[in-house]
Amino acid sequence: MDSFDPVVLARMQFAANITFHILFPTISIAMGWVLLFFKTRFIATGQAHWMDAYQFWVKVFALTFALGVVSGITMSFQFGTNWPGFMNTVGNVAGPLLAYEVLTAFFLEATMLGIMLFGRGRVSERVHTTATFLVAAGTTLSAFWILALNSWMHTPAGFEMIDGKAHVTSWFDVIFNPSFPYRLSHMLLASGLTVAFLLAGLSAYRWLRGDKGAAVQATLRTGLVVAAALIPLQIVVGDLHGLNTLEHQPAKIAAMEGIWETQKGAPAVLFALPDKTTQSNKYEIAIPKLASLYLTHDINGEVKGIKEFGDKHPPVAPVFFAFRIMVGVGMLMLAVSWLGVWQMYRANRSSLGMRGMGVPQPWLLRVLVAMTFAGWVAVVAGWYVTEIGRQPWLVYGVLTTAQAASQVPASNILVTLVMYLSLYTTLLMAYVSVVFHLARKAGKADSADHAPDSYAAAKPVPPGPSDADRGTYA
Amino acid sequence: MLELSNALVFPDLTQPAGWLPLVFALVMALAMLAYVILDGYDLGVGVLLRRADDVDQKDTMIASIGPFWDANETWLVLGVGVLLVAFPMAHGVILGALYLPVALMLLALTLRGVAFDFRVKAHDKHKPLWDTAFYVGSLLAGWSQGFMLGGLITGFESHWASQLFSALIGLCLVAAYCLLGAGWLIMKTEGVLQLKAVRWAQGSLWLTAAGIAAISWATPWVSERIFDKWFSFPNIVLLLPIPAVTMALFVVMARSLNRLPVRLAQGNQYGAAVPFACTVGVFLLAFYGLAYSLFPWLVVDKLTIWQAASSPEALMVIFYGTAVVLPVIIAYTVFAYRVFWGKSTALRY
Repeated sequence: MDSFDPVVLARMQFAANITFHILFPTISIAMGWVLLFFKTRFIATGQAHWMDAYQFWVKVFALTFALGVVSGITMSFQFGTNWPGFMNTVGNVAGPLLAYEVLTAFFLEATMLGIMLFGRGRVSERVHTTATFLVAAGTTLSAFWILALNSWMHTPAGFEMIDGKAHVTSWFDVIFNPSFPYRLSHMLLASGLTVAFLLAGLSAYRWLRGDKGAAVQATLRTGLVVAAALIPLQIVVGDLHGLNTLEHQPAKIAAMEGIWETQKGAPAVLFALPDKTTQSNKYEIAIPKLASLYLTHDINGEVKGIKEFGDKHPPVAPVFFAFRIMVGVGMLMLAVSWLGVWQMYRANRSSLGMRGMGVPQPWLLRVLVAMTFAGWVAVVAGWYVTEIGRQPWLVYGVLTTAQAASQVPASNILVTLVMYLSLYTTLLMAYVSVVFHLARKAGKADSADHAPDSYAAAKPVPPGPSDADRGTYA
Repeated sequence: MLELSNALVFPDLTQPAGWLPLVFALVMALAMLAYVILDGYDLGVGVLLRRADDVDQKDTMIASIGPFWDANETWLVLGVGVLLVAFPMAHGVILGALYLPVALMLLALTLRGVAFDFRVKAHDKHKPLWDTAFYVGSLLAGWSQGFMLGGLITGFESHWASQLFSALIGLCLVAAYCLLGAGWLIMKTEGVLQLKAVRWAQGSLWLTAAGIAAISWATPWVSERIFDKWFSFPNIVLLLPIPAVTMALFVVMARSLNRLPVRLAQGNQYGAAVPFACTVGVFLLAFYGLAYSLFPWLVVDKLTIWQAASSPEALMVIFYGTAVVLPVIIAYTVFAYRVFWGKSTALRY
């Protein structure tokens, strides 16, 4: 056991947990708003397929939400068990932000979810819609607080250090720290894109299996249009976020770009194998001067290299590759969503009553199925860029990760790490397979007993005991 | 680093540095109490799930906790959250000492929380598997929480006798959760299942009582200070009502559980809430006794709430938020319980 460094193990454990966790809020943040959209479309138009869409996707939402909640509980414990030095040093900043997340968001979403899922028939339609809205608002508020804290860890502001502890001087500066607006927008857009591709991918899957109802078309169309609209925005926000990082965390940018030497007119490295022993790139393919152009908006602008930062720079290879994966997935998203929307308008099928919109060609639908969880890949890669890129700091320039680590024996961390990893792998496989299973099941249910089981047809029943359909939950 | 002074000095409670830690200790205690009672009943239902006769009964049992379990667990996040943000030093010490049981509890809660959703959404042939996960998760979560409670009382001793004591407390807490869960099912269900729940409650009643007796017996022996606090005049007179009322509640419960089957068979639901209400009463008293014994220590004889507290400025910021938001949380929690008042109906969405 001696050969294992407890700090490395603690980081792996925390990374495993937070990687698993972030998958689910990424879906539930935007999905909450999508469900509200489906429900309000139904109320506005009276078209049953919007309610059918709501009914199917609320199941995916509930499952996603449950996984987010349980992995989030683990997070609240691991802050203390893995990084006691974090709270001891910056607890006066982090504490209130976390407390406000729990108080304003967690209870709201958890309580309202009960009403949103099970309350229809027991509360009025208006209260049910309000509960749906509050769940969506709660998830977004949660993102607001946690990204305020995360951004503060990257670009700390509004505090002073007294006797080795951070004390807040301005809460406004703490919350709206320099990287917060960019990071929050980037993450919310990422959530929107993840959900858009999930909607499109699962709907394409149903369509290809012959489940061609109006609800499937509506969700396919919603997914593609949202994706096509958000991806250019995301590219712009991502670029702005990068410029913000260049200003505050130049070492991270150097690692992302794979630039070792400080230079004017720095090249954009498309591919390379960064080698930390020789401090240079192998097999580099680069476009001259391009990095300077997009980082400094000047073809001969100076870009600082990794060597500039001594030993206070992140490991280069993981940041370098994760960044390329994120950007690569983003470009693929742009191509597929725009092509999809274009094909949809081309395939004019007014007979379907979809305002002249058809569906994309089967080969593109298959691509969409393959990209159902593409958002996850981009989000996780993006978070690895920003979090590994912050190393060796936990709070940039204030506290290093090693300083914050706990004294828990390596063996304990290793045992629990193995337990967490096996559980998370199992649950992730179960989640993905169950989501596709739900899609298949929905197809069967639609063709078998569509009308009587439809949510839209169901009339609210008065509260109280009812023996009807006992035990037919979901 | 931490001085052990025998004369415990209370700080000036008129100053924020004095009263704020006290307020947050209270908020934390209330959150933990709310958690133990609220998640207690749904963990109990999870443990009892294995004893159901068929899928229908299982579905009804789960339907009875469906709208609530998620919010119930959030109280744990609030309790641990307050420990983390208001008493960061104690968070590290306590959760460091309880590293393995905490990890076990988290795994169990994860398994249980997701099993709840997976069991109705996964392939039908996997449903029994997720039911087992739900049962095992509930059981281990309850047991590890009892184990941690044992650790808190013994001051995190690593001696084998302390570990054994903690393990036994774990079993007793599972029994107490089963009692709560059975009481909940008696209130929320009807027919065969309701009668079964009465028998389940009878089964867990005495193990719960034994657990409370064991904790009460062990607590004064762990710390001289607690011993003095209990067995000095006039404290002993003021404390006596706690065990007396607890015993009375157990007697009331036992009588109620004996009478209920006859009454329920006649279709009379009168008194169906008595076992649950009495169990909640027992939990309140046990919790009060424990809090009284431990106060003002967060780690027995090592760390007080004032020594472990964050800076008064940070606490003040959270205090304003808590003062505004906590009543709102309580209000909509009550609203949610009112929405799902009465016998539970099938869950579908």
